[in-house]
Amino acid sequence: MSGRREELDLRGLLCPLPVIRVQDRVAGLAPGDEVIAVCSDPGALNDIPAWCKINGHFVLWKGERGGDYVVHLRVGAA
Amino acid sequence: MSEPRKAVALISGGLDSMLAARIVQEQGVHVEGINFFTGFCVEGHTHAIRKRDRGRPKRNNALWVAEQLGIKLHIVDVVEPYKDVVLNPRHGYGANLNPCLDCKIFMVSKALEWMRDHGFDFIVTGEVVGQRPMSQRRDTMPVVARESGAEDLLLRPLCAKNLPPTRPEREGWVDRDRLYAISGRSRKVQQELARRFGITDYAQPAGGCCFLTDANYSAKLRDLWAHRPGRRYELDDLMLLKVGRHLRPRPHFKLIVSREEGETRFLEGYRKRFAHVRTVSHPGPLTLIEGEGLSEEDLALAARITARYSQGRGAPGVEVEAALPGQAPRRFTVTPLSPEAIPRAWYL
Ligand code: SF4
Repeated sequence: MSGRREELDLRGLLCPLPVIRVQDRVAGLAPGDEVIAVCSDPGALNDIPAWCKINGHFVLWKGERGGDYVVHLRVGAA
Repeated sequence: MSEPRKAVALISGGLDSMLAARIVQEQGVHVEGINFFTGFCVEGHTHAIRKRDRGRPKRNNALWVAEQLGIKLHIVDVVEPYKDVVLNPRHGYGANLNPCLDCKIFMVSKALEWMRDHGFDFIVTGEVVGQRPMSQRRDTMPVVARESGAEDLLLRPLCAKNLPPTRPEREGWVDRDRLYAISGRSRKVQQELARRFGITDYAQPAGGCCFLTDANYSAKLRDLWAHRPGRRYELDDLMLLKVGRHLRPRPHFKLIVSREEGETRFLEGYRKRFAHVRTVSHPGPLTLIEGEGLSEEDLALAARITARYSQGRGAPGVEVEAALPGQAPRRFTVTPLSPEAIPRAWYL
């Protein structure tokens, strides 16, 4: 069974708000679920992966997409 | 074997809180970090906005510290409850609009809440006796412990030996002998400790951890309160205070004029909610007009000021596009105001 995949529109938010929104969303998801965070603050490309690393989640892809900064992550075990 | 004790450490992103967490970690305690987003944090924002700052390495220091320590970090959005701290500090303000003592009490009380909700045992902060004029004095340290409700579950590893033993010390969760007795403003012991722990790269916030210690920022916040019915603010107000030139040509309106491309792009996001002006015939800034009851005359003045900051500042006429909130933009031509015609008092 594949997990849920959700896209979060975090455009217009500045660091660290994108991280906070991702963190709060991930808290309600299960291991294996995925989140695609779409941001306008380029800092999100550093901060969300750093947050993932220390909290045990996995970055599947990060980069620019149509002028936005996107981080695609998979929720790790709690 | 018994489970290790668990501590939640306030992580600001600076050296002191990093060392404090590390000292406790070294004693076999399970440590997780907590960081509070108040809206006034110095982190990232202006770097994210200003194009010329984008080349610099940009990182969130609290996340970076957690990464170095190998601990989890929980970032908590406290924008709403923090308003009461800024607007009504029981212990007053510091040199600017920084309510440091109330702020510390608030943060420790939030950490206490978190500690209880998550089954942790005590709280760790990087406070040092005598380091800051307001919140870290010998007589205010007990105030933070008492008024936050944390009492003797609040451990300050950097200066614990200058203070009465806390419960984690009395119960042997940590060894008091391996804590420190740092006091005063000298950073020497911290630097030595950093070396010992192999920490070479750390942020050194000069005045404090937030914009409220900044005289300029505080002046703009005071101006905002003075010209609104009642002292209040929203997160967007705080963001906008960090961006652009701020001028108040008349009591009932103020202008936020972008200084470069990055700021223009940022202000674009607010354009629909504000009256605004941008130059059309020449490259120039975007200006947001914040105020009520704007007249045609006000709009014309805002347009002339905007033109003064455009590349058409020397031209006899600059075409602008201006709009009141929710209205279709109109185009007209204005004479740029000369720099001398803008009184110093207008600048915030
Ligand atoms: S500088 Fe700002 S964040 Fe730091 S204690 Fe003072 S008010 Fe709080």
